[in-house]
Amino acid sequence: MTDVAWERLPDYLGQHVLLSMSAIAIGVALSLPLAILIARTGWLRGPALGLASIVQTIPGLALLALFYPLLLALSAFSERVLGFGFRALGFLPALLALTLYSMLPVLRNTVTALAGTDPALITAARGVGMTRRQTLTMVELPLAAPIIMAGIRTAAVLVIGTATLSTPVGQTSLGNYIFTGLQTENWVFVLFGCVAAAALALVVDRLLSLAEDGFALRSRARLIASAVGLLLVLVLSVLPSLGGASKPVVIGTKSFEEQYILGSLISDRLEKAGFKAERRDGLGSTVVFHALEANDVDVYVDYSGTLWTTQMKRSDMPPRKVVLEQLSTWLAKRGVRYVGALGFENAYAFAMRRDRAKALGIETLADLAPYASRLKIGGDFEIFNRPEWDAVAKAYGLHFAVQRQYQANFMYSALVDGDVDVISAFSSDGRIAQYDLKLLGDPKQALPPYDAVLLVSPRRANDDKFLAALKPLIGALDLTTMQQANLMVDRPNDKRTAEQAAQFLETRLKR
Amino acid sequence: MTAMIALQKVSLSYKGAGAAAVQNLDLDIPAKTFFVLIGESGCGKTTTLHLINRLLEPDQGRVLVEGIDVRTVDPVTLRRGMGFIFQAIGLFPHLTVAENIGITPKLLGWAPGRITARVDELLDLVRLEPATYRDRRPAALSGGQRQRVGLARALAAEPRVMLMDEPFGALDPLTRDDLAAEYRTIHETLGLTTVLVTHDMTEALLLADEIAVMRAGGIVQTGTPRTLLDAPADDFVRTLIETPKRRARLLAEATGLGPPA
Repeated sequence: MTDVAWERLPDYLGQHVLLSMSAIAIGVALSLPLAILIARTGWLRGPALGLASIVQTIPGLALLALFYPLLLALSAFSERVLGFGFRALGFLPALLALTLYSMLPVLRNTVTALAGTDPALITAARGVGMTRRQTLTMVELPLAAPIIMAGIRTAAVLVIGTATLSTPVGQTSLGNYIFTGLQTENWVFVLFGCVAAAALALVVDRLLSLAEDGFALRSRARLIASAVGLLLVLVLSVLPSLGGASKPVVIGTKSFEEQYILGSLISDRLEKAGFKAERRDGLGSTVVFHALEANDVDVYVDYSGTLWTTQMKRSDMPPRKVVLEQLSTWLAKRGVRYVGALGFENAYAFAMRRDRAKALGIETLADLAPYASRLKIGGDFEIFNRPEWDAVAKAYGLHFAVQRQYQANFMYSALVDGDVDVISAFSSDGRIAQYDLKLLGDPKQALPPYDAVLLVSPRRANDDKFLAALKPLIGALDLTTMQQANLMVDRPNDKRTAEQAAQFLETRLKR
Repeated sequence: MTAMIALQKVSLSYKGAGAAAVQNLDLDIPAKTFFVLIGESGCGKTTTLHLINRLLEPDQGRVLVEGIDVRTVDPVTLRRGMGFIFQAIGLFPHLTVAENIGITPKLLGWAPGRITARVDELLDLVRLEPATYRDRRPAALSGGQRQRVGLARALAAEPRVMLMDEPFGALDPLTRDDLAAEYRTIHETLGLTTVLVTHDMTEALLLADEIAVMRAGGIVQTGTPRTLLDAPADDFVRTLIETPKRRARLLAEATGLGPPA
């Protein structure tokens, strides 16, 4: 399993370094002049430092997430006005959020250092005939340099750490290890990501501390060593990832195991067909659809019921064939190519431990209603905010005593351990069979069908070579096969990677 | 002969403060004079000094240096042509002794070789062995050595005017007397015009060719030490000028009353 981790290191590390260093460089380039302006004017101090402090209090993940819709709107606007849009997903939102993050420490240290200059030295500087600019460059900045460098060090460590959170907005980073590892309970991956990010932060911190000493001791050798070291880190980590210059196709995945497996399956097929495939893993469920529409992602697998309720905003529940027909028409209108259904369904399905269900005599959601007020329900991060939940709760009059949200894989252990009584499981999940869970029936048909469907971006909608590589997947995967593949990744023993599960699927495709 | 430095009806009040810092000030300082401004704290003597090199600008009146209105001269150019020393010294801690001394020549664009030669010449002048002190940082110097470097820095660009604000105030008495006497010699040798601000009458009497006594932003009396001693303009000047004598008497009484050695 560490082999796979090492294999991905050049790509993840390269992107991580490029992202963090760009953010720090831009942050410093913005903060220094701003800090000088603040030190000169005085009144700017309160508002600017206050604003930077507020930015710092926003959780990293939230700040990154906020930039996506913002850039999406900006891109749409620029498309309309200037005739071109830009990628709202990936590098740009991550860069902007991290740049903002890096600013406070640099800003605060620079302002404090400049304000702390001994007034006698300013008088002396004027007395010996320095202009204001010379006073700044020859006296104030050299004296402030060690404190400014300390601020840059703080910013660098902060940014390198926070950059691991840019995975969900579609920017590859060392966070990919952590997010993928968390989803698939692959703790080797999680640890690998943590250690790699920490090691990078440590190296950069030591190099910047060398520069700090260089400024404090006025040692040119230290400054040069630090600059050379930083340049080496940049070049060594970024070079290997700058392999092919051809424009890659982008495969999106949502943040659960099945998606990683399917993403890997699709990317293997596309690479075999001669494309340079790039992954955007762990995207938010609606983020990924908007990214596809905006050509930031070229292909991904979604589920008909999800699109039906969250994108088409429909609350009626017609039969599966009708849903798929209307969905494909609706998608075509938006320029998205509906390639077809893969053949299995991954539905929201409420599940209980078999012994518990038996004891209470519960077979369906309707049977659950009278007990609900005494029971605890666990769900993933989305379910309780989705229209499907409202529909189910309303149809059966379900009001649970406690609602808890889990990372999908922790949800199953919570049910097995008895922390909750009911969970919103996924029908294709291998763990339903593994733990012998009781799936509750939906006699009122409150839940829509959730056929896995393959969607392609407007940009690739008519790319025959691209579509030809994907077409063999349509109707080729049945539920049992998918459950087996999912279980390979989920099971605690004899765990496989998503890539290995994808290779297994490839051999089981129905021709 | 026109005065080297002249202040004509100069007034300045600080924003927010009620009383004027200096008011309707007239002052003529002849070339090559050792001129001392004396008075109590807050009498406007430092303000007057700062008006000469445009660290401060007057609200009213004119300041002339060598007959030219300083407002017509770029303040930075003006300051590079004058030596300036103050009590806090203000040596740049990130620069060596040589770099501190050479700063104004560097700003004036002197060639590096000329600066190095000038720095060594000045270190000799202020009695610091160049080889020992050239590359030291200010932090590695004693108080007296620092003020010697401050003096060398002020003299570096060969100014004709030296402005000194209590330059010896923070030094121990022995160092102070030595350095003051040495500076008086430098003043003579280089033919400088020196304006020195102090509140110490002994120092003023020992150094000055001419003394201006200031009080509440105005000049009370200007004259040679002899004139001031012989004909003080009022009781304030008399009390001030007699301070050294009075202190000597107190000292004699104190030691005289003590047990015999």
